[in-house]
Amino acid sequence: MKKLLIYLKDYKKESVLGPLFKLLEASFELTVPLVVASMIDVGIADGDKGYIVKMCLIMAALGLIGLTCSVTAQFFAAKAAVGFATKLRHGLFEHIEKLSFSQMDKEGTSTLITRMTSDINQVQSGVNLVLRLFLRSPFIVFGAMIMAFTVDVKGALVFVVVIPVLSVIVFGIMLISIPLFKKVQGALDRVLGITRENLTGVRVIRAFGEEETEIRKFDEETDNLRHMQMVAARISALMNPLTYIVVNAGLIALIYVGGVRVEAGILTQGQVVALVNYMSQILVELVKLANLIITVTKAVACGNRIQGIFEIPAGMEQQAGAVNEKNNSGETGTVEFDHVSLRYYKGGEEALTDIHFKAKQGDTIGVIGGTGSGKSSLVNLIPRFYDVEKGSVKVDGKDVREYDLTQLRDKIGVVMQKAVLFKGTIRENLLWGNENASEEELWEALRTAQAEEFVLQKKKRLDEMIEQEGRNLSGGQKQRLSIARALVKKPEILILDDSASALDYATDAALRKSLKQMPGETTVFIVSQRASSLMHADTIIVLDDGNVAGMGTHDELLKDCQVYQEIYYSQFERTGESGKKEDINA
Amino acid sequence: MKGDKKSIKQKETLMKVLKYIKPYSFLLILTVVMAAVSVALTLYLPILTGNAVDMLTLFFAPSETGGSGKIDMDSVRIWAGIFDVLIKMAVVILLTALTQWIMNICNNKIVYSIIQDIRKKAFRRLEELPLKYLDAHSHGDIVSRVVADVDQFADGLLIGFTQLFTGVITILGTLGFMLSVNVGITVVVVVITPVSLFVASFIAKKTFSMFKLQSETRGEQTALINEMIGNQKVVQAFNREVETLEKFDEINARLEKCSLRAIFFSSLTNPCTRFVNSLVYTGVGLTGALAVLRGGLTVGQLTCFLSYANQYTKPFNEISGVITELQNALACAARIFELIEEEPQVPDGVDAVALQNVEGRVDLENVSFSYVPDKKLIEGLNLHVKPGQRIAIVGPTGCGKTTIINLLMRFYDVDGGSISVDDNNIQDITRKSLRTSYGMVLQDTWLKKGTIRDNIVVGKPDATEEEIISAAKASHAHSFIKRLPDGYDTVIGEDGGSLSGGQKQLLCITRVMLSLPPMLILDEATSSIDTRTEIKIQKAFAAMMEGRTSFIVAHRLSTIQNADVILVMKDGHIIEQGSHEELLAKKGFYANLYQSQFAIA
Repeated sequence: MKKLLIYLKDYKKESVLGPLFKLLEASFELTVPLVVASMIDVGIADGDKGYIVKMCLIMAALGLIGLTCSVTAQFFAAKAAVGFATKLRHGLFEHIEKLSFSQMDKEGTSTLITRMTSDINQVQSGVNLVLRLFLRSPFIVFGAMIMAFTVDVKGALVFVVVIPVLSVIVFGIMLISIPLFKKVQGALDRVLGITRENLTGVRVIRAFGEEETEIRKFDEETDNLRHMQMVAARISALMNPLTYIVVNAGLIALIYVGGVRVEAGILTQGQVVALVNYMSQILVELVKLANLIITVTKAVACGNRIQGIFEIPAGMEQQAGAVNEKNNSGETGTVEFDHVSLRYYKGGEEALTDIHFKAKQGDTIGVIGGTGSGKSSLVNLIPRFYDVEKGSVKVDGKDVREYDLTQLRDKIGVVMQKAVLFKGTIRENLLWGNENASEEELWEALRTAQAEEFVLQKKKRLDEMIEQEGRNLSGGQKQRLSIARALVKKPEILILDDSASALDYATDAALRKSLKQMPGETTVFIVSQRASSLMHADTIIVLDDGNVAGMGTHDELLKDCQVYQEIYYSQFERTGESGKKEDINA
Repeated sequence: MKGDKKSIKQKETLMKVLKYIKPYSFLLILTVVMAAVSVALTLYLPILTGNAVDMLTLFFAPSETGGSGKIDMDSVRIWAGIFDVLIKMAVVILLTALTQWIMNICNNKIVYSIIQDIRKKAFRRLEELPLKYLDAHSHGDIVSRVVADVDQFADGLLIGFTQLFTGVITILGTLGFMLSVNVGITVVVVVITPVSLFVASFIAKKTFSMFKLQSETRGEQTALINEMIGNQKVVQAFNREVETLEKFDEINARLEKCSLRAIFFSSLTNPCTRFVNSLVYTGVGLTGALAVLRGGLTVGQLTCFLSYANQYTKPFNEISGVITELQNALACAARIFELIEEEPQVPDGVDAVALQNVEGRVDLENVSFSYVPDKKLIEGLNLHVKPGQRIAIVGPTGCGKTTIINLLMRFYDVDGGSISVDDNNIQDITRKSLRTSYGMVLQDTWLKKGTIRDNIVVGKPDATEEEIISAAKASHAHSFIKRLPDGYDTVIGEDGGSLSGGQKQLLCITRVMLSLPPMLILDEATSSIDTRTEIKIQKAFAAMMEGRTSFIVAHRLSTIQNADVILVMKDGHIIEQGSHEELLAKKGFYANLYQSQFAIA
């Protein structure tokens, strides 16, 4: 939380002026009992009506000044809090954008989104409240004590005893209840979890007739939640009664001490009234403070969650010095894997083991293998979405870790498994590949990606709006547009990561054909589960459990790679070769 | 007019809330009594304080009449009087604290019990709701009703109980006390105070549109964050970080502007109402002091009047806030009640029988069904399955394959015609016995939070270790389970957590392999599993299907070639029906589909 405060630094003026005006207002508030005291002691004692009216006018004036001060304070506080939140959001968004793929995988998208939105909102209201009120309460409490000293030192000693006792109670209850509230939150999380689980799994639960068991489980969790809530509530329910007792015990003591001092002729009755008033001001302030503490506690918790994200070091480490250096190896469009191994988590299994190959400019490389065999992992290493554990990946003869990331990724066009488009026109989406692409270049990319036809059918063609996540397009259309987007980039290296899965076989074939005919020498990586998609590749890499099970052309592999044979025949059984088939499927 | 409707709905909701409170009426009465007692005591305290202060005046009286011995006498008497009052004060204070504490505990107990009741009821309804409802509503929305809305409702109710109760009682109490002390000054207080309410509601009205703009802008920003962070990998792949940030900043700047306005203007409420209060205070001071001069009031009474004025105005400040809070709570309650009152599925008939010793004869007779009334999907569907037959269903997306499964499992009821199992209409047998007669593996795998073992034994809780392991071996899941850190006792997170799609599907298959029900439904059961493993599982499937009526939906034609009957569906109709060879010979839709899959460019 503390480190987030640097985002307040542009609002130094506001963050100082806000509380200052608030304190000013509080000091005016504190003088009111004094005015009342002199009204009683002078005005009433002397029967001076004029004096009484004058004192009342002063009180009204104090109220008006108080209003002005507090409005000013609110303005500064709001400005600082909102500005702080705006800067914080900017900072956090910028930071999240820099996170690497493995960091994103680890954190998960949904929690990052909650932190960007609701957590920051909580912190904003916390900062606003603190600037406005948090200083005020202790100020009034201590201010009341100091004012009491100006009235009478001995009487004020009562305050010296009362205030520490109050602080112990308030902070004691806070310290005990914060962890309890955390437990309540945890119990609530479980209630949420089981509800969500029951919604997503409703078919399975009903299929197995498990409704009763689930209800029993839910009841257990809600019972537990209620129990935790009650425990937490019992502790915090003590706050008001206890502080009430302490403050009023102080009141009794004040009257007693006041009595002694009045008897001795040291104090006037009005002064005793003033002391009593200060004591009740403390009580009022304490009630406010108790409510405030909950908000602030929440804000601190949220602040810590945000802080947690900031503490993730941003992105991939870049080697200093190598960043803007010109590539002098003279190669373009080559990709080389030098005994590469990859592990996503420390201690986890290797996702890739000892991958070694080299692709020349203009080559088409097919990558095939079963679920979880490491196909996507392999191609994700080329644009350095992840870092290798052992070995190295070289693009154009230079280790990817020695590139400036932007420079590296500019060379590479990636089409991911999940076709993602953004809200905006088709044109805007395509221009992601290259801001300066001409109209002709856009259409050319669409043509190659087999998307020209359906874009032409749209009423506004390139200016047709795409909704968020491309909801108004079919899966195949989305895939073709995302391929076109990568083509607009005119990359040296094009990666198609299982990106034709929603296309029917004919379109898939046409796409591969037009990719082949593309002008220039683009190195293409095609990842697929379908043998038909990549059987014409120059080299096919067959992966099995992160290992290379075979490498070569289709014909070579079909001859001597058992894994490839199995994949191929599982997809291309012809009734003619049914001896094998019977064995497999019977 | 609109407002009327809204208030009627609010009233209805309120009545429903009261029904939930009813079981706790004893606690409710207790808390109201405690509130009244504590307020009365709180108000009595200033009177005692005033008395004590007044007694201090007596110290001056004797010194004017002289006589030092007398002073001692008087002072002893005065002290005795003061102590008397102080002891009373102490008792009052302790009692107040006690009643406050009891009230707090009661309030918490009432509120937390009510929301527990509501949650349980909502969850039970969830288990009974027809899939028609659950499929049509966003799960996020339902979850937020059960969790967030109930929570919000609890907060509002709690604030309502604690602040509204005591607030109203305080206002009434102070009014009574003030009237008993002095009518004139009371009138001053009563006349000025409502001004603060006017001020508060004026500001609230003015700021409403600002808040609306703020939440709209916030929504816009959240959508962008969702889109960009959700697809961060694409953003990074295209080096679009800077442009995205610019777009974000544009919305962020707008949000800053409208947030500032909304927050600042709404925060004016408090200073303004407090200003009104200070005017009340001054008014009381002025009229009070003048009354003292006229002799109608003692100084002690003035002191206690001033503190009443403070206590009287405070609830007015709070109540305006509480009312919005309560309205919000009622709105949340209405959303939960909507869910609870949703029509549940038709319960099993009283004479519904449990299906036993299933042979596996399934007949669909002239079945028609549609999800939306005016968009017909399945019409006049007839199908007769003999025990042990393998039925494969193929066809393009959206042709109604999954719908047939929904009907077989009675997740949805047919609109016309009938479905029967072993000559029992499925509407006349219990849902549970029907559903447990089928073993189902779906494309969308579902695993619950818990251990691997918990997930496997769902259909057969009393399975032995050997049974579990042999089922896992049959589904080829054993080898990967063995490699997990704690084997079968490895805890997996929500929705399968770190397992891959294929592994999750293997576990779902194991689940069915273990419970071995008399009939099977496999809806794209191997879609996430690579073709090699699939071939291995096919063997196990084949063994399992032996003698069991099975329904298989698949898009990989290779997996269904061996079915006894292949149904080719298109637009809700069965357009072709027959064995693989027969259909190929027909050279129809199926033959086309089959050829296209193996066409090589």
